[in-house]
Amino acid sequence: MDDYVTRVYALIAAEPVADRGPAGLSATMRRLCTAVGRAVDAHGVGMTVMAPDGVRGMSAASDPATERLEDLQLTLGEGPCIDAFERRVPVLVPNLADEMARWPVYAPEVHAGGIRAVFAFPLQTGGARLGVLDVFRGEPGSLSNEALALCLTFADAAVASLLDGEEHRHPTAADDGLGDSLGVNTVLFQAQGMVMVQLKVPLAEAMARIRARAYAENRPLTEIAADVVARRLSFDQDRQ
Amino acid sequence: MTAISADRVARVFVEVADTLVDEFDLIEFFHMLTDRIADMLDESPVGLLIADQRGRLAFTAASDESVELLELFQAQAQEGPCLDAFRQGQPVVNEDLRAAAGRWPVFAPRAVAAGFRSVHAFPLRLRTERIGVLNVFSASVGGRLDGGDIQVIQALADVASIGLLQERAIRRGEILTEQLQGALNSRIIIEQAKGAVAQARGIGVDEAFELIRQYSRRNNVGLVDTARGLVTDPSVLAGFLAG
Repeated sequence: MDDYVTRVYALIAAEPVADRGPAGLSATMRRLCTAVGRAVDAHGVGMTVMAPDGVRGMSAASDPATERLEDLQLTLGEGPCIDAFERRVPVLVPNLADEMARWPVYAPEVHAGGIRAVFAFPLQTGGARLGVLDVFRGEPGSLSNEALALCLTFADAAVASLLDGEEHRHPTAADDGLGDSLGVNTVLFQAQGMVMVQLKVPLAEAMARIRARAYAENRPLTEIAADVVARRLSFDQDRQ
Repeated sequence: MTAISADRVARVFVEVADTLVDEFDLIEFFHMLTDRIADMLDESPVGLLIADQRGRLAFTAASDESVELLELFQAQAQEGPCLDAFRQGQPVVNEDLRAAAGRWPVFAPRAVAAGFRSVHAFPLRLRTERIGVLNVFSASVGGRLDGGDIQVIQALADVASIGLLQERAIRRGEILTEQLQGALNSRIIIEQAKGAVAQARGIGVDEAFELIRQYSRRNNVGLVDTARGLVTDPSVLAGFLAG
């Protein structure tokens, strides 16, 4: 089992559940944001779930000030979060002061608000894009390798959480398939493409269906995936 | 094995250096690199693994993407010549697989069962920076690399590494991280597309990959762009199946 995955799930589990405000997905997202903030010593952390066309879905943040920063990028249509989503890569900005020309409206405004560094991580698995995780810091400087690894792992955990939605609100490191190396997951990714075609649904939904099946049957994701790829299991034959 | 011909080597070096000048897609670059090295080595399968941010090696590109080979590349995230070469920062060459069961109890027997006799791994590194590993399989005992071959391949791995890390020096340290993470995700997209095409056509994933590769060449669209279209846009998949 990957150390970072174990650590990240322990950090999420240890994060207190807010006793006020609405429950459900937005609360889950906010809790993830506060856990990230604590783990990597951030000024604030935001998360935005986006539709594939980049039109806004919903956002959450560790605190109200960060929620305004999160909203600002979407209102302006520019910023690291937008770029990370469109380019499908992390956008790491250790010194916002150097990037004024890159985001001419966004960067000065955020900088004026005391933010000096922004790190945006796409919430994605291959072709399925769900949104972005943004980490804001009040001091310039790169994320350490460890902080970077934690952020990437938190982003993976956020993807798992978003796919599972309200059905399965508390995934653990063991059942999310993240513990395996990318290599071992090759079969899982192939199965995702196969189920997408079997059910004629978007890729993210195919991923959610495979996960739901694994939970329902209490079997590892990789085992379900291996059955799909070996054609021992087909999702279109047992639609209910 | 006969030594690699000088003009072939020169052409590959120029191509590698040339690719690294402009904007380029990392995974396309890795595919080109593995293809050219495989050509030079008389079609020995060549694969490339890169280290993710968590320090794990992940398969990224290969000259031959058969299921059997993918498993061998992937197994080395846990154990094998790639992991050793990556950790030591030194090439691991001419390992006789039939005598390596003690060193790599899982990897070596699998590689032998797949028909390989020797294996080589070359780190992609520059001083203390380590990006990943280049992996070469040989099917016969006669497939040993001589000293000259080893130098040529390690030099190619070095040129590729310098090119990638130089960009980091010129621009900022974060650029390479962004690119490597992008390449890891692109790899996932390719696997998802293989699955989609395999399902839609009722074929295996190996054959699906060949079809995707051919389609991408025919339409002069990059492999990753083609794969992304196939898994994100139903009309692209429909067009592919009709074509």
